[in-house]
Amino acid sequence: MELDATNTPKTVRLSFEGTAIEAPAGATVAAALLAADIIAFGTRPVSGLPRGAFCMMGTCFECMVEIDGIANRQACLETVQEGQNIRRMPPRIPTKGQGDGDD
Amino acid sequence: MQDYDVAVVGGGLLGSAFGWGLARRGQKTVVFDEGDRAIRTARGNFGLVWVQSKGQNMPEYAAWSLRASQLWQDFAAELTENTGVDVHYVKQGYNIVATEAELESAIAGQDRITAGMGDKAYGYEVLDHKTLKAVAPHIADSVPGAIYTGHDGHCNPLFLMRALHQDMQAKGAHYQPNTRVGAITPRADGGFDLTGEDGTLLGSAARVIVAAGHGAVNLVRDLGIDLPVHADQGQVLVTEKVSESMSFATGTVRQTDNGSFLLGASSKQIGMDTRTDLPTLAEVARYCISVFPFLGKLRLQRAWGALRVMTPDGCPVYQQSEAHPGLFSFACHSGVTLSSVHALEVAKWVSEGNIPSEFNVFHPRRFDV
Ligand SMILES: Cc1cc2nc3c(=O)[nH]c(=O)nc-3n(C[C@H](O)[C@H](O)[C@H](O)COP(=O)(O)OP(=O)(O)OC[C@H]3O[C@@H](n4cnc5c(N)ncnc54)[C@H](O)[C@@H]3O)c2cc1C
Ligand code: FES
Repeated sequence: MELDATNTPKTVRLSFEGTAIEAPAGATVAAALLAADIIAFGTRPVSGLPRGAFCMMGTCFECMVEIDGIANRQACLETVQEGQNIRRMPPRIPTKGQGDGDD
Repeated sequence: MQDYDVAVVGGGLLGSAFGWGLARRGQKTVVFDEGDRAIRTARGNFGLVWVQSKGQNMPEYAAWSLRASQLWQDFAAELTENTGVDVHYVKQGYNIVATEAELESAIAGQDRITAGMGDKAYGYEVLDHKTLKAVAPHIADSVPGAIYTGHDGHCNPLFLMRALHQDMQAKGAHYQPNTRVGAITPRADGGFDLTGEDGTLLGSAARVIVAAGHGAVNLVRDLGIDLPVHADQGQVLVTEKVSESMSFATGTVRQTDNGSFLLGASSKQIGMDTRTDLPTLAEVARYCISVFPFLGKLRLQRAWGALRVMTPDGCPVYQQSEAHPGLFSFACHSGVTLSSVHALEVAKWVSEGNIPSEFNVFHPRRFDV
């Protein structure tokens, strides 16, 4: 965690679905969202049920978000950045050309 | 007097099905299951309930797989009714292959099965590209077709394990996790004592089923039983979760109930090694993408390796010791598929103390020639 001259963590400003939130520099995106009382990071593609960070260590893949336009980021493994734009995962329809591939 | 009617050693796919089936038959049952240190194939399989291509070398195995599939729907429904756990069984599967050569060899395989089974044979259809495309619109243009039997499908094998464990305990079976059986000792009264690694007595039982997968080999060797199984490693890839688009399974691709696609599975004989490696995973991905190009657009999330419990001919081994009647040792690949017959039929054999003679073909003495 980055501290300033008075030993206070620096603050980073980012947004989730357009709403501004603040987080200490060095925090993970998942921690920032949870600290802002955002528990449901998105919904399950099949059941539509809410989903959010579970393991906080990169193994469960429940914390997927879109960061600055790139889908499929693990919020628990990404560090907050000034001005970051976090969104829920867009619908992933595998057969409709909405994947990450190049066609 | 022994503590239990039956002690099951191993709580993987075989042991759980036996434990459930025995408890359901009112047998006083205990299941001893080693912990996470053990090789646990039940946690690493693909989840197919699959009939076609099985038993090309043994018609009895083809018939046994068919019987398993016929019982699966009711088996799954009973588990769900009793536990509330949906095992997500879907009886829909096509053996979709990538090349003409594969289709030819799959057809030849089905013909061998049909010839072997005679009038007990099940029908199968060869779907050409166009017919297949109507049910599987996302196949590659190069896919020649598929084989369809109406008997193949898939389930969530982890929920299957959970339902079996939950319901066997609700039916009074004792499930003892983190308990490795170190020795099975015949008692003077005809039963068996089971002891732990440190020699402490875990309990006694009139009959014992050893269903410990790879852990069984050494355990039964001490009792003069040869269990001819080896490890056949399979690596599986898992994609990101996406919206529902495919209800059927193929032999190598299926979408799970939570939206992930599973791509499988390699086959390598490299001993007790569960590690994944990039060339193998790349080949698994390449093959599956050659059948379903859209898979190439999905992000991979994880991969795993697991060890098939493989017999020399790929068919099950079911045996009761002649020297120690009441001691059964069972091992096989395709433990998901066969879980219905294991639970509903093999459990009956054990509760009655006798493997019916029509199943003698599964005795490992077949390898002694
Ligand atoms: C990659 C892969 C894909 C597969 N796909 C399919 C599929 O699609 N469909 C299908 O039907 N089958 C499939 N299988 C096969 C299926 O998983 C196995 O047939 C099944 O798991 C074997 O069950 P088991 O109970 O014999 O062994 P396991 O599932 O390994 O269970 C053995 C259990 O015994 C315990 N144990 C070991 N030693 C001891 C001891 N001394 N004391 C007490 N407990 C002990 C272990 O802890 C373990 O829980 C697949 C397997 C692999 C590897
Ligand atoms: S919370 Fe489990 S992977 Fe991020």
